[in-house]
Amino acid sequence: MSNTVAVASHPEPDNNYWTAGYGLKSWLLTTDHKRIAILYLIMISVFFVIGGLFAVLIRLELLTPAGDLVSSDTYNKLFTLHGLVMIFFFLIPSIPAVMGNFLIPIMIGARDLAFPRINLLSWYVFAIGGMTTFAVVLFGGVDTGWTFYTPYSSTYSKTAVGLTAIGVFITGFSSILTGLNFVVTIHKMRAPGLTWFRLPLFVWAHYATSLIMLIGTPVVAITILLVFLERVFGVGIFDPALGGDPVLFQHLFWFYSHPAVYIMILPSMGVISEVVACFSRKRIFGYGFVAFSSLAIAVLGFLIWGHHMFTSGQSILAGMVFSILTMLVAIPSAVKVFNWTATMYKGSISFETPMIYVFGFLGLFTVGGLTGLFLGALGLDVHVHDTYFVVAHFHYIMVGGAIMGYLAALHFWWPKITGKLYSEAWAKLSAIIIFIGFNLTFFPQFLVGYLGMPRRYHVYPDEFQIFHILSTAGASILAIGYAFPAFYLIWSLFRGEAAPANPWNAKGLEWTVPSPPPKHNFDTIPVVKEEAYDYSRLEEEVV
Amino acid sequence: MSEGHSGLVAHQFETAEQQKETVNLGMWAFLITEVMMFGALFSAYGFYRAQYPAAFAAGSDHLNYFMGAFNTAVLICSSLTMALGVQAAQQGKRKGIILFLLLTILLGGIFLGVKVLEYADKYEHHLMPGINFSVDSPFAAQIELFYCFYFAMTGLHALHMIVGIAILGTLVVLSYRRRFSANYYNPVEMAGLYWHFVDIVWIFLFPFLYLIGRS
Amino acid sequence: MSDHRIPKRIYYLIFATLLLFTMITVEVAFYDLGILSFPVALGIACFKSTLVILYFMHVRYSSGLTGLFVSAGFIFLAILLVFTLLDVKTRDWQFQPDESGISLVVPF
Ligand code: HEM
Ligand SMILES: [Cu+2]
Repeated sequence: MSNTVAVASHPEPDNNYWTAGYGLKSWLLTTDHKRIAILYLIMISVFFVIGGLFAVLIRLELLTPAGDLVSSDTYNKLFTLHGLVMIFFFLIPSIPAVMGNFLIPIMIGARDLAFPRINLLSWYVFAIGGMTTFAVVLFGGVDTGWTFYTPYSSTYSKTAVGLTAIGVFITGFSSILTGLNFVVTIHKMRAPGLTWFRLPLFVWAHYATSLIMLIGTPVVAITILLVFLERVFGVGIFDPALGGDPVLFQHLFWFYSHPAVYIMILPSMGVISEVVACFSRKRIFGYGFVAFSSLAIAVLGFLIWGHHMFTSGQSILAGMVFSILTMLVAIPSAVKVFNWTATMYKGSISFETPMIYVFGFLGLFTVGGLTGLFLGALGLDVHVHDTYFVVAHFHYIMVGGAIMGYLAALHFWWPKITGKLYSEAWAKLSAIIIFIGFNLTFFPQFLVGYLGMPRRYHVYPDEFQIFHILSTAGASILAIGYAFPAFYLIWSLFRGEAAPANPWNAKGLEWTVPSPPPKHNFDTIPVVKEEAYDYSRLEEEVV
Repeated sequence: MSEGHSGLVAHQFETAEQQKETVNLGMWAFLITEVMMFGALFSAYGFYRAQYPAAFAAGSDHLNYFMGAFNTAVLICSSLTMALGVQAAQQGKRKGIILFLLLTILLGGIFLGVKVLEYADKYEHHLMPGINFSVDSPFAAQIELFYCFYFAMTGLHALHMIVGIAILGTLVVLSYRRRFSANYYNPVEMAGLYWHFVDIVWIFLFPFLYLIGRS
Repeated sequence: MSDHRIPKRIYYLIFATLLLFTMITVEVAFYDLGILSFPVALGIACFKSTLVILYFMHVRYSSGLTGLFVSAGFIFLAILLVFTLLDVKTRDWQFQPDESGISLVVPF
């Protein structure tokens, strides 16, 4: 782990994973976790752009109170596809399948994941699921909302729900395969000396995430399949007119989909831990607490799904139980935020791009989490359920939290992944634009939601217009902020300076191998002799 | 599931032991996902059973419990032969592996055969939801619901049996080609885990679908 | 897991027990146990599958980690079951079949 390893395996120019093979086939048939991560990166970037285009149309439509840009049917399809693409095809795979895939084996000192071929398979499964969703767009879209609530989805909707269900079903398996690979890898492939409590917190976070993928995803897969069967055979599994119970669908759906929101945020939290420690030059405060809070979030996440169903007709007792349990999940989330803050206390902080994203994350995630608590309070949620307040809540966490974390990761490990340095100035500028644009987009939504603007409508009373104008203006700024990295990162690939093995002077096994890493990561498997984030030792050595 | 060829250690592993443990854990992780997948169906079934006990009991009554019990016995036998097959593999007895796996396949085939008879019977009695369902009862809709779950759960289970038989068939061919030895038999062991799991699903399906509410 | 050779005797013993309890579960189904009929059937099924897991699947002879994985699966399944049943058992409304199809009944 210490510097000796870095010196010993000096970068051989022609020996890294980019140059280990040429041609399309060498990529499409690769079992190298680093290349599969790149394949995922390309795929999810495409989906991010597509999901973003849907969002642009939504925001444009909402600029005026009248429904003048698109019809209400089209609007329904827009927000459905936006949610579907962003959640299932961007956020859920984003950090795990790209960053986790790339980094976990290197961070734990392994040559690859436990099952490299299954890893490749998961990418193909993902691609097939993605293509199915493309087909849905070609067949006229789908209008049920990403939540597929029955009996609308199972009986009444005239759009391509069946095909969408198949797409989501298939994609679920790619997530299961990734989760399975990570869990097993983290258990069995750690380098000698790398005990559980020496693992980087990024790895802990991914372990917790993978558990959710393993346990939750099969449930939603089978549920979506039931909806599909119901449509095909015209039976009434979830249709009250035929004896079924739509509330059951919501139970099964949220049993996965509430924990799924932690699939999206936990990996981000892992990133934050790495970046905070590096740019504060300190060991994470309360390492054990942060590590176990990931597991606690994963487990508690399975106990609180009913907070999405307060107004659905579930029993009042169940609602109260779910409401109380929801309060509990705030504890591990808060533990993390406090510990990151405490890590920065008296640290020697420097403001590189990844760290700016971390600051963004901390503020926005806190707002999102706290409003989550408002929503989790049964009585209040009856008032704000299905309003823009909810929309603002989850965008604060998913866009303000998860995507900030993703961008932090992208900027932190970009030199490692590509071997190139990007332009700090541009990167900082875009981070700040994103932060401003984000808040302008989503903060007004808290207000307008609280005033009573329901979600998923494209026509609204005139008095709400000012909020929507602000929001659309913010969205335009946000879009510019997101476009920047696409340019300067790609530019860096061709013109960027070569990155050294450890540009941030960071701790962790991934910084001991050359940038980009060699095909099999390590010539000899390292032996780990120290705790994670031992920055104090590093500082002493430098001095 | 295992990388590389029999007895070889794939590049990502340090030792054969590590490879074996890893594959084993991977199989168990996979079985967790299976538990949750069937579990979702069981939960949904329990949810409705709690709401409509009378209708579901009436639905159960139309099932032939004797066939169900017979099939349970068949599957338990197949679990035994599977376990003995794995033991033969541990001891490197090639003929034993082939014999016991073939027996297991045979028993699995019998199970599926009985299942086909049952399905045919349901078809004749107009008990197939979405195809020809009609019963004369004030609870017809709920009885149909029962049959939706009957077919979804036994269908998914049968699908797993078919996959299992295909896997076992492959293993028979491989061990005929002397791919396994007392040092390398992990695939047989993994297939065994899978087969026993499928058996366990049926151990729950049988009483829940065929028996409860019969008296 | 692996290299514990389990005597064949144990396999046959487990096999016999499984068959025996299959018979028992069929037999008790014909007695009216009232609300107990479900727990009894569930209990027997759990017992049988525990035997399969411990002996046929060798978990008894495996590392604690395997045991942990198995229990995790069933614990999360129990969570799903318990909370959905909690809802349906404590509702103050119900679907009720009647001549015209199904209607919603709110007792108070
Ligand atoms: C502190 C933890 C959190 C709490 C207490 C919380 C609470 C809630 C509650 C009660 C709702 C339901 C509001 C309603 O529909 O009336 C909700 C909705 C939502 N939350 Fe959270 N949340 C938390 C964290 C998160 C995280 C981390 C994410 C995502 C990464 C997230 C994403 C969502 C989404 C997507 C919805 C809306 C689902 C929909 O109906 O489309 N939440 N949250
Ligand atoms: Cu939630």
